[in-house]
Amino acid sequence: MTDPSPRRRPRLPFSPWHLLLAPLALLFAVPLIWLGLSSVMSDAEINRFPPALWPSGIHLGGYRFVLGNAMFPRWFANSLIVSAVAVVSNLLLGTLGGYAFARMRFGGSRVLLVLMLATMAIPFQLTMIPTFLVMRKLGLVDTLGALIVPSLVTPFAVFLLRQFFLSLPRELEEAAWIDGCSRLRVLFQIVVPLSRPALSTVAVLTFLTTWNDLSWPLIALNHDANYTLQLGLTTFRGQHHTQWSAVMAGNVITVLPVLLAFLAAQKTFVRSITSTGLKG
Amino acid sequence: MSRLPTPITRPAPRTPARPARRRGRREAATAWAFVLPSVLVILGLSVVPVLWSLLLSFQYSDLLTPSVWVGWDNYRQLADDPQFAQAVRNTLEYTALYVPLSIGLGLVLALVLNRRIRFAGLYRTLLFVPFVVSAAAQGVLFSFILDPEFGAANSLLHHLGVSPQGFLSDPGQALLVLVGISLWSGTGFCVVIYLAALQDVPRELTEAATLDGAERRHVLRHVTLPTIAPVSVFLLLWQTISALQVFDLVYVTTKGGPLGSTTVIVYFVWEQAFRNFTAGYGAAAAYVLGVALLVAAAALRLVRRRGDRRIEGATS
Repeated sequence: MTDPSPRRRPRLPFSPWHLLLAPLALLFAVPLIWLGLSSVMSDAEINRFPPALWPSGIHLGGYRFVLGNAMFPRWFANSLIVSAVAVVSNLLLGTLGGYAFARMRFGGSRVLLVLMLATMAIPFQLTMIPTFLVMRKLGLVDTLGALIVPSLVTPFAVFLLRQFFLSLPRELEEAAWIDGCSRLRVLFQIVVPLSRPALSTVAVLTFLTTWNDLSWPLIALNHDANYTLQLGLTTFRGQHHTQWSAVMAGNVITVLPVLLAFLAAQKTFVRSITSTGLKG
Repeated sequence: MSRLPTPITRPAPRTPARPARRRGRREAATAWAFVLPSVLVILGLSVVPVLWSLLLSFQYSDLLTPSVWVGWDNYRQLADDPQFAQAVRNTLEYTALYVPLSIGLGLVLALVLNRRIRFAGLYRTLLFVPFVVSAAAQGVLFSFILDPEFGAANSLLHHLGVSPQGFLSDPGQALLVLVGISLWSGTGFCVVIYLAALQDVPRELTEAATLDGAERRHVLRHVTLPTIAPVSVFLLLWQTISALQVFDLVYVTTKGGPLGSTTVIVYFVWEQAFRNFTAGYGAAAAYVLGVALLVAAAALRLVRRRGDRRIEGATS
């Protein structure tokens, strides 16, 4: 197809950039495709050398094992509880705190805001040992409470919502004020309905970080009945490293909720994640 | 008017002072009620632990018996600890590879995807999907794919006639493999951030430059890249901070091995505190990393401020 036109490169029926993008996109997709495929293979197919690259049929043995004999349903419930509480509580406390910082005057508010912002820069490993000690003092170690309490509200949620509330026109609230509404009513009947983009950002990022967290559950939990999915999957792999189909089935169960949420609300996810960046 | 929250610059309200003050006090009480839960959780679980950590780093503590004050001993011991030195080296190597590669690859891909290419949305989705996969799931998945005996990677190499590799079990390869896995999951983040930034580059600017006869690469170098420079600085900072703190992936895949070749600083801290029960020593190591992060962030701030001034100087 070397068309000897004088100044232009040889013409492809598509943009040459696809030659870079298509293989790369495939490379990014293949591990996840392989995850799905191997979760429905039989152990015999996986354990022979070289392993099969395509399942001979759909074997649900891995899923059956994981859902029947193992603790996966329990871990799934634990993860769901922790993430759901974190999302609801971040929305609620973030809204209250963010609104107070955006619209209300009270002594010490500036110092407090700066202090809260500064905590965002504190790396986790500086706080993890004493946080463990605090949780032990509270009697929460090895309970879901130890995971829930630190994730109740993040400075990110407070700050993001404050910034959003500041961008709303004051007039709407002022009208309600003059009608004698209380702060709380103004907040929940006027401000919150206008703040869906910011609230969904907080919800998405809170869910993503709590669902995916491994290091804090690893420190705070001891008994496998209290594990979250991430921690459970990790220890499960350590104990059943020859039953790869079961491990991969467990992995699918761990990844699927986030993956489905992402595919269902891709725009919100991408907007949320870029919103962390473009303010920096 | 005095009922409304007034900006500080506004003149004093015209209504009598007393009721206004009382109302102000009630307003302040409400505000405090609004922020109190957040303040308790956030400051209680960050400021308190940070100070506690500092104290701990000057103590001998096994997390169970009362701790003993040992002064600078922990820090002195760190300076002579070859394992800690290796952890610092591994962390720096990982960071030095992962940060520029993820940002560079992210920038190139974003620039390509920004050219209104077909299937751009699909490509973006595929590149970004790994970012939402947890480190635990990534670690388990790649331990499987890269398993030296049963893994698909070696099977593929076998078909291509390449001898099997050790991957995560080879001390010479493990850290590089971890960088590779992190690139798989982290590049999409850079792509998405850059794509959003590129959409904010004013079209008039690039079009004007093109009309003036600038070639594409000149437009890129003199218009597009300077415009998105703040985003590049942000990514540099963000990726560096997350790279210096890498832990989950290491814990799931290699546990610091083989032969300590993937022991990173946070893994070292965790191991000291929760495996060896030398929490004071771990806290000291954490503080060394904390100070390093602070210096890195401050240096970047400085660079950025100087950069801003240069841009201001150029436009005025």
